[in-house]
Amino acid sequence: MNAIDPTFATSIDFYVILASILFVIGAFGVLIRRNMIVLLMCIELMLNAVNLLLVAFSTYYGKGDAQIFVFFIIVVAAAEATIGLSILIMAYRNNKATDAGLFKNLNG
Amino acid sequence: MSIELLTLIIGGLTIGAALMVVISKHPIRSVLFLIVTFFLISSLYILMNAQFLAIVNIIVYAGAIMVLFLFVLMLLNLNKESEPNTPKIVLISSVVASGILLLVLIAAFKDSIHLSHVHLPTEKNIGLVKNLGDLLFHKYIVPFEVSSILFIASMVGAILLAKREKPIID
Repeated sequence: MNAIDPTFATSIDFYVILASILFVIGAFGVLIRRNMIVLLMCIELMLNAVNLLLVAFSTYYGKGDAQIFVFFIIVVAAAEATIGLSILIMAYRNNKATDAGLFKNLNG
Repeated sequence: MSIELLTLIIGGLTIGAALMVVISKHPIRSVLFLIVTFFLISSLYILMNAQFLAIVNIIVYAGAIMVLFLFVLMLLNLNKESEPNTPKIVLISSVVASGILLLVLIAAFKDSIHLSHVHLPTEKNIGLVKNLGDLLFHKYIVPFEVSSILFIASMVGAILLAKREKPIID
């Protein structure tokens, strides 16, 4: 891989590397942050990295099927954000904070 | 400006905005940087000729999901630095772990598929509404209907979870 090559940006390699970096940034955020709402946002970031890679390969192979999968990922992400935020509201009502470490009180 | 340079600049900005989501201390700033990231990813979709998906990404992600996050943040009044500082050992080990994850991902991709210097073709009408709707309503009609059941289930679950419980009278 030669990054100096001016056609690098339109090759599939660029999108593979970009999506990997975005996914790793999301995983890094899940590791270091304690706020639950930021954790949910990092999960959205990881889902978007996967979406980017799917769209890149859809364009690369010239077929639209992967873009349909991106639609379904968006649907699942919306459902997941709804449920996650309502769980967060319940946790906030119980102990007035959104620290992820508070969930350790749940083990019986 | 050539399209290669534009793609490189947008990719770099995307990585920077995603890093700011993780680094910034205020949750509101994280949400706003995440919206910036989604707009940049949508512009990458446009550069890859996925026009309809770019619009859907802006409307659904930046318009609906992020507004939901902002609503919850402002409703719970969380716009303050309530987060304790991460311990140094956790920070260092997280950096090492994510670096190793990135290394493994890129090494695996580079060894499994030899796609160097294979350029994206410029098929113009893959991402248009006509083609995608044809696929969605003929080949993928069953998953489409199942996803509506998923939405109803998540809606019922959200109402049930967020409803205030009645006090138990004993």
